[in-house]
Parts: sequence; structure tokens; C-alpha cells
Amino acid sequence: MNVVSRGFVGRRRDRDPRIPPGQYPERDFPVLSAGPTANVPLDRWRLDLTGADGTSRSLSWADLMALPSERITTDIHCVTKWTKLDTTWRGVPVRTVLGDVGDARYALVHSSGGYTTNLPLADLVERDAWVAFEYDGRPLHPEHGGPARLLVPHLYFWKSAKWLSGIELRHQDTPGFWERLGYHDYGDPWREQRYAGDG
Amino acid sequence: MSVTAAGEAPPRPGPMPWLRARLDDAWLETRVARTLVLDVPGWAGNDAGQHVDVRLTAEDGYTAQRTYSIASAPEPGRMALTVQRVGDGEASPYLVEEMRPGDELEVRGPIGGWFRWDAAWPEPVLLVGGGSGVVPLMAMIRERVRAGSRVPFHLVYSVRTPDLVIYTNELFALSRTTPGLRVDRLYSRAGLPDVARPPGRLGRDDLPPVTATAVPPRVYVCGPNGFVENATRHLQDLGHDAADIRTERFGPSS
Ligand SMILES: Cc1cc2nc3c(=O)[nH]c(=O)nc-3n(C[C@H](O)[C@H](O)[C@H](O)COP(=O)(O)OP(=O)(O)OC[C@H]3O[C@@H](n4cnc5c(N)ncnc54)[C@H](O)[C@@H]3O)c2cc1C
Repeated sequence: MNVVSRGFVGRRRDRDPRIPPGQYPERDFPVLSAGPTANVPLDRWRLDLTGADGTSRSLSWADLMALPSERITTDIHCVTKWTKLDTTWRGVPVRTVLGDVGDARYALVHSSGGYTTNLPLADLVERDAWVAFEYDGRPLHPEHGGPARLLVPHLYFWKSAKWLSGIELRHQDTPGFWERLGYHDYGDPWREQRYAGDG
Repeated sequence: MSVTAAGEAPPRPGPMPWLRARLDDAWLETRVARTLVLDVPGWAGNDAGQHVDVRLTAEDGYTAQRTYSIASAPEPGRMALTVQRVGDGEASPYLVEEMRPGDELEVRGPIGGWFRWDAAWPEPVLLVGGGSGVVPLMAMIRERVRAGSRVPFHLVYSVRTPDLVIYTNELFALSRTTPGLRVDRLYSRAGLPDVARPPGRLGRDDLPPVTATAVPPRVYVCGPNGFVENATRHLQDLGHDAADIRTERFGPSS
């Protein structure tokens, strides 16, 4: 049972079923990053794709733009407790970017600046996940991970790596930046998997 | 789950429980910011710069969770938070205006393995805080004093107006009595008559270049997002390496 805080009433709005437990709705778009915002010019942007067998290839911005993209409307959930409903994006599905993934089971995602995060590969190719480059009809702002970030709306947003620079396929799971610093390995907002050890 | 070469799963941290916390003492730091000293039986301690999740529960079971930095130097069983009221907020008006000694809430943590400082680290430290972003930086200053560390500490603290300076007396006293601690205050909207710098947002000249200390400092920047963006840009222009700059952002992007 929770401990009651005497005199706390709260805002009492109708509970929106799209908001996971422990989250509150935010109209603004807060920025969370471990360090300074990275600025990656489009002509230097590269996405390195490494297979579990070590083979690699690299996409340029023009290569990414040549792939079929989708318009996305989705809710996003940050582990710092805010949820933003009905955000709109444009991006290329990760499965389109990756193509044949062989028998790899995990992905370690890399960002400019050294940030990493890990996911089961199935969450990138069998569920909705994109390499997103537009937000709200405009090029994605650097603060929010532009020119391109990962967008994996069904997991807490630290998995949606900003300033995406590489996706490395692996046979084994390897914790990324926040995962090594105490955050949950998987990060399902509906199960409140915030920190290591959460159910 | 990751698997080691030997095929064994590495040890996993256990679940982090919610702990019952009782307000022991509280005081206003400014008209809109209040320090809450909590007794938290079972709290093992933390590193300076870390934060906790706070859970408030209403009588009918309605809950709200928010994150607050720990303001005090690490101490088992006890912690201080400093909360600044956000006008139309849900949790901060309760914490600043309503909660009384003896009232309870829940905390879990410590959280944050990145924005933290350990008194055993030898590098100089540059702290850059905006508004309530001074809170985790104050924990680092208090920990430096508590642990008797001698590393150079430099706090650049920007607030809108002089009446919004949190920890004003303690910072003044510490800056006079602690060798190696320098405190610079800046006002972004309106200053004091005897301050030469005209009010304005943090600029490049308000920050020390990377060469100000013998070795590049660890830099911690905390505040509203616009403040952090602006400060980190200037810091990089002044030669500070992005890899030496850790940021924590409170509140909305505007
Ligand atoms: C890692 C971390 C550490 C934090 N440490 C502290 C701390 O030590 N002291 C402290 O006072 N706060 C701290 N915060 C901010 C705190 O978690 C809450 O966001 C803040 O108290 C507002 O909560 P609320 O429920 O009153 O407002 P809400 O009901 O959440 O928000 C109401 C409105 O205010 C805006 N808003 C939310 N937060 C802020 C803000 N900080 N400033 C201005 N506008 C805001 C929202 O966009 C919203 O429109 C921290 C946040 C993080 C992520």
C-alpha cells in the first residue's frame, strides 16, 4: 500500500488510458541528454550498419532519403515521467534500413558523441520502429536528435537514441550507456521498467 | 539478459524499493523554493549529484511521481531536497506550500550514475547552474566540504533576480571560508546596484576557459533546457571537450 501524503490532492484530471502508470501528460517537448547537443551536418551524416558476422555497410543522408519513408503519429514516454501524446514524425522503418538481419538477436545502437543503447532486434524489426528525421512537419531539431534519431515508441524514450550513427547487430545482449548506469535492460513503460531490477 | 563468456548471467541489481520518508524540517530558501529535510529509514546513502523519484499519494489512492535532486551531502537515513514551485504544477506547489513536518511521502533511489561527483576524484570541477539547477551542484559543494577535498571548485550560478538565489547565505559563507571554492553569481533579468555586470543571460565571458585550471575540469551543467543549451555551447567555444561536460536538464524545452 502506498503511503498517503496528507493534504496532497493532485490535479485530478480524467485518467487518459494512453498514459502509462507513473507518467503525466506534457504538452511541451522536454530535452534530456547526458551531455551537450551534437551538431551533425548532413554531408557528414553516416549510418553504419554492422551485421553479427562483422560485415558492415554505411548509409549516407542521400541513401536514407532514397528509402521509402512513413508519416507516424504516436505517443512517446520518457522515463523522467512525462508522456507526450499524438506526436507526429517522418521516418524510414528500421526493417527497411536494415534489410536481412540473419540470425542476430540483439542490436546495440550508437550515437554521435558515444551514447549507446541496447534492444532486442525483434523490437526494431517486428514492431514499429523508425529512423526518424522529421518532427511536427519540420526537420528534426538537433536538441531532439536531428538530423536523425531512432524512434521506438513502445519503449521508454532513452532507447530512441538521438544523433543516430550506427546499428550493430549482435548474437548477445550488451547493455548500453544508461543500461550500465542502472536503468532497465528493456524499458517497457506499461510495466514501469524504469530501473534495473524493476519487474 | 546479457550472458558472459562462461555462459553465466551477470549479477543483476535487485529491485529498488519505495521507502517511506517523513518530513522532519523545512524552510523557505526564497519566496518560491523550499528545502525539505526528510528522514528516510533504510536509505543507504548516495553520491553527490544523484536524484530520487518522489511519489505523492492522495487519500483516494491518486498518485503523482516526480524527480528531485538530492541537495544535501550524502548521509544514510536522511536527505534534503530543494523544490522550486512551478506556477501551474501538480507536485511542486504541494511540496513548497502544503507539506508540514510529520507528513509523509515515498522516495526511491539513488538514481543517476552519470551526473555525480565523488570526493576521491582529483580533477578540478566547474559547476554551472541556472535557477533550481543549483541543487545537485550544491550537493557536490557540500560533499567537497564534508569530505575535506582540496580540488578547485568553481560555481557559476545564474538566476533571474537576486531574490531568487537559493542557498544565498550558505554560498556566501562557504565562498569566504573554503580555500579553492569560487562562487560567481549572475543575474539574467535584474541585478544589484553594486554589481558591475549588466543583467543578461549567461555569456561566454561569464565562464572560465578550459585553461583556467592546470588540467581540464569536469564540468557539470544543470538548469532549464535553454540555459543548458546556451551554457554548453559557450563552454565548447571556450575549449571544454564535450566528453568532459555532463548535463542535467530540468523542466520544459522553452
Ligand atoms: C533529473 C531531474 C532532477 C530534478 N531536480 C529538481 C530539483 O532539485 N528541484 C526542483 O525544483 N525541480 C527539479 N526537477 C523538476 C521536477 O521534477 C518537476 O518537473 C518540477 O517540480 C515541476 O513539477 P510539477 O508537478 O510542480 O509541475 P507539472 O505539473 O509537472 O508541470 C506544470 C507545467 O510546468 C512546466 N514545468 C515542469 N517542470 C518545470 C520546471 N522545472 N521549471 C519550469 N516549468 C516546468 C511543465 O512543462 C508544465 O507545463 C528535476 C527534474 C529532473 C528530470
